[in-house]
Amino acid sequence: MSTTTTLEQANTTTWDGGNEPMKASYGKLMMWFFLLSDAFTFCAFLTAYGAIRHRHHAYTGAPEDFTFSTAYWPIPEKVFNAFPGLHGVDLPLAFVALMTMILILSSVTMVLAVEAGHRMDKADVQKWLLWTILFGSAFVGCQAWEWGHFITGTEQGMTLPDGSVFHGANLKFNQYGPVLFADLFFFITGFHGTHVFSGIVLLIIMFINTVNGTYQRRGHYEMVEKVGLYWHFVDLVWVFVFTFFYLV
Amino acid sequence: MASTDISLTHDVHHAHDDHDHDHHDQHFIFKYIFSQDHKVIAKQFLITGIIWAFIGGALSTIFRLQLGWPQATYDWLEPILGKWIEGGKLSPEFFLSLVTMHGTIMVFFVLTAGLSGTFSNFLIPLQIGARDMASGFLNMLSYWFFFLSSVIMFLSLFLETGPASAGWTIYPPLSALPQAIPGSGTGMTMWIVSMAFFIVSSLLGSVNYITTVINLRTKGMSMTKLPLTIWAFFLTAVLGVLSFPVLFSCVLLLLFDRSFGTSFYLSEIYVAGEALSNVGGSPILFQHLFWFLGHPEVYIVILPGFGIVSEIIATNARKPIFGYRAMIGSMLGISLLSFIVWAHHMFVSGMNPFLGSVFMFLTLIIAVPSAVKVFNWLATLWRGNIVFTVPMLFSIGFVSLFISGGLTGIILGNSTLDIQFHNTYFVVAHFHLVMASSAFFGLFAGVYHWYPKMFGRMMDDKLGYIHFWLTFIGVYMVFMPMHYVGIAGFPRRYYSWTSFELFSKFADLNMYISLAAVIAWLAQFIFAFNFFYSMFRGRRATQNPWRSTTLEWTTPVNPGHGNWPGAIPTVYRWPYDYSKPGAADDFIPQHIPYSETASSNLPHEKDLA
Ligand code: HEM
Ligand SMILES: [Cu+2]
Repeated sequence: MSTTTTLEQANTTTWDGGNEPMKASYGKLMMWFFLLSDAFTFCAFLTAYGAIRHRHHAYTGAPEDFTFSTAYWPIPEKVFNAFPGLHGVDLPLAFVALMTMILILSSVTMVLAVEAGHRMDKADVQKWLLWTILFGSAFVGCQAWEWGHFITGTEQGMTLPDGSVFHGANLKFNQYGPVLFADLFFFITGFHGTHVFSGIVLLIIMFINTVNGTYQRRGHYEMVEKVGLYWHFVDLVWVFVFTFFYLV
Repeated sequence: MASTDISLTHDVHHAHDDHDHDHHDQHFIFKYIFSQDHKVIAKQFLITGIIWAFIGGALSTIFRLQLGWPQATYDWLEPILGKWIEGGKLSPEFFLSLVTMHGTIMVFFVLTAGLSGTFSNFLIPLQIGARDMASGFLNMLSYWFFFLSSVIMFLSLFLETGPASAGWTIYPPLSALPQAIPGSGTGMTMWIVSMAFFIVSSLLGSVNYITTVINLRTKGMSMTKLPLTIWAFFLTAVLGVLSFPVLFSCVLLLLFDRSFGTSFYLSEIYVAGEALSNVGGSPILFQHLFWFLGHPEVYIVILPGFGIVSEIIATNARKPIFGYRAMIGSMLGISLLSFIVWAHHMFVSGMNPFLGSVFMFLTLIIAVPSAVKVFNWLATLWRGNIVFTVPMLFSIGFVSLFISGGLTGIILGNSTLDIQFHNTYFVVAHFHLVMASSAFFGLFAGVYHWYPKMFGRMMDDKLGYIHFWLTFIGVYMVFMPMHYVGIAGFPRRYYSWTSFELFSKFADLNMYISLAAVIAWLAQFIFAFNFFYSMFRGRRATQNPWRSTTLEWTTPVNPGHGNWPGAIPTVYRWPYDYSKPGAADDFIPQHIPYSETASSNLPHEKDLA
C-alpha cells in the first residue's frame, strides 16, 4: 500500500460537485435559462421587425410635410402623438414616455419587495408587491388605451382604392402606413403585453402566498425573487420594444 | 404507457432512508403514469418514441412504394388509407402529406423527444450521482406536454383535408395559404399547435437537464470527470433552450399569417389568377427564422448519439476514450458553430451570394470538430480489446454512417456545388446518412446498452445481431444509390417523375432503393419484438453486465426511487479507467478512490484521494 496520503475526500472546489457552483438554487437557475430562451423569442421578433422594415422605404422628406402613406414607413412621432383627455393636441411620444416611466417604477418597487424578502419583513414584502402589481396593471391599462387609439385612428383616415375611407388600423389595413407596420405593432407589443399580464398574475399569486405566510414559514422569499427576475426581464424587453417602435 | 410498468413491479421496496421522496404506497397512477421518477419518465419517452418511429417508418414505406413502382395500383391499401387512394392511385396531395409527416415525426418526435427525452432523463441523474432530476414535477410536465403534442399531431393524420403537407420545413407561402393545397388547411394549424406544445415540452426538459447537471453532481464529479454522455446531453439541452424559442416565434408569425390576415411572410401572391391583398412580407424571413432553429436542431438530434457512442466504444474497446478533452472541446465547438451556419440551407433562395460565401466558409469549418470526433473514435478502437456486443456494433455503425454522410455535407457546403444539388435526392441521402441513420444507430446502441439498467434484463443477442446487420446493410443499400439519383438532378418531394424522359433510366434504381427500404423497415420489427419480449423473458441482468466504470452500474439491478439505497457514491476519477496498467481488473469504476488502487496509480495520482 502506498504510504503517502490516503485522504478519503474528493476535491471540493467550486465545480467539483456536491455543491451549487453558481451559488444559485436550481429554481433560480431554471428561471435564468427560461429567460435566456425567452430572450431568443423576442430577438427573433425584433429581427423580423428589422428585416421587414428594411424592405420598406423610409420617409425622406421634411418632418413638417409628413403625411400618412402606404408608400413609406411612418415617423413614430406622427403616429403616437395623442394623450388621453387632450384631444387634438400634438404631444409626440408623451404618453408612451409615461407608460415607460410607470413600468420602470414597477421594477423599482419589485427590487424593494425582493429586498424586504431578504430581511424577512412580511409587511414590507406585501406593500411593495402591491405597488408592483398596481404599476404593472397601470402599464397594461395604458397599453390598452394606446391600442384603442391606434385602432380608432384619426378623422381623415385613409382612402381605399374603392373610394371608401378607412380609419385607424387592424391586421389588414393601416391608415398610418404600410400594413406591416400595424401587424408588427400589434404582434410584438401584444406579445410583450401578454408577458406583463402573466407577470401580474404571478405577482398576485406571490402576494396571496405572502399574506398567507407561506414564505415566512418556509424561511425564505425565493419565489418572490424568481418572479422578480422575470419581471425585470419583461421590463428590459420593453426598453427594446420601445426603442424599435417609438424611437428609431 | 401501461407497458412500462411490468419490469418495475419488483423494485419498489428498497430502503428509502436518506432522501425525502417516501412514497411507499403510491397509487399505480402516480407510480407509472403521472410519475415524477426520472427513470419512469425516460421509459415513457422511449416507448412513445418507438411508437412514433413505427408510424413514421410506415409513412415512408408507403411513399417509397409510390416512387419505386409508379405504375402500381394500391387498391389493397384502401381499407387503411380510404379516400387518399383515388382510382387505385395515391393522390399527389397525400404523397406530400406523407413526406411532411414522415419528416416531422422522425426529426422532432422520434429523434429529438424520443432520443434526448429518453437518455437525458435516464442517464443524467444516474451518471452524475443524483437522486432524481432537479425538478421531478417539471420533468413530468415535460413528458405530458410531449404527449399532448403527440396526440394533436396524430389526430391531424385523420383529417378530411389531410395533415400538413408543405414539407417538414413548412415553407410559406405554401404552408400559409389554405387555398394552395388541402394540407395547408386545418392540418397545418394542428401542426403549428402541436409544435408549440412540443416546444414547451422541450424547454421544460432542457432547463431541467441543464440545472441538474450544474447543481446536482455528486461530490467529486467535476465537469472534467463527467462521462461524455452527460456533456452531450448538457450541450443538447443548451442548443434546445436557445434555438427552439426561435422556431416558436417563427411558427407564431406563420399562425398569424394563416389565421388573422397578417402579411409577415406574404407579398404579392396570385393563387389561381386571384391576387391576394398581402404586401410587404418576406418568405425568406421565414427561412432565416426556421433554419436558425433548423440547423441547431440537426445537432440536437446527433449530439446525444455522440455521447452514447463515445461511452459505448470506450467500454467495449476496453480503452480510455482517446482525447477526452478534445471530445468535449469539439462538442463545444460544434454547438457554437451550429448557430452561425444556418443559411447553408438557403444558398439558392435568392440570398445575397456574398452572404452565401460567408456561410459557406463557416459551414466548412464544422468539418474540423466533426473530424476530430471521428478520429478520436477510430483511435479509441485502434488496437482495443474490442468486445463485439450489439451496442458496440451499432456504435461502430454510427461512426461509419457519420463519416459517409459527413463527406457529402462537405460537398453540399460549397455554395456553387449546391446550385446543382439543392432539393435533389443528394440532399436527402446526405442527411439520412449523417443525421437520420446515425441518430437511429445511436438510439439503438443506447437502448441495447442501457436496457439492463432500465428493465433489469438483457435483450437477446442473436436477435440483436440480426437486427444490426439487416439495418446496417439496408441503410447503405437505400442511401448510397440515392446519391446517384440526386447527382442526376432528380428532385425531392416529387410525386411522380414518369413524365420526365430524363429520369426513366432511374426506374430500376428507384425500385432497388424502395425494396431495400422495405426490408430495412421490416427488420425493425425484430427490434420491437426483442424489446418487448425481453422485458418479460430476457435473461436477468447482473449489476454491471458490461463491466463499465460509470456510476449507474453501482446502483442495484433494479434501482428504486432515489436510485441508491444508501448514500450516493463519491467520485474520485474520470470515467475512462479501462485497462489501466497495473490494475487488478480491466476497469476501475469512478467511485473507487486512488488510495485503493496503489498498484495502478500514475505518479501524479499517488497523492490524490
Ligand atoms: C460536415 C458537416 C456538414 C456539412 C458541411 C453539411 C452541409 C449541409 C448543407 C450545405 C445542406 C443543405 C443542402 C441543400 O438543401 O441544398 C445540408 C442539409 C442537411 N443536413 Fe447537413 N451538413 C453537415 C453535417 C450534418 C449533420 C451532422 C447533420 C445532422 C446530424 C446534418 C443534417 C442535415 C439535414 C437534416 C439537412 C437537410 C434539411 C432539409 O432540407 O430537409 N448535416 N447539410
Ligand atoms: Cu444545416
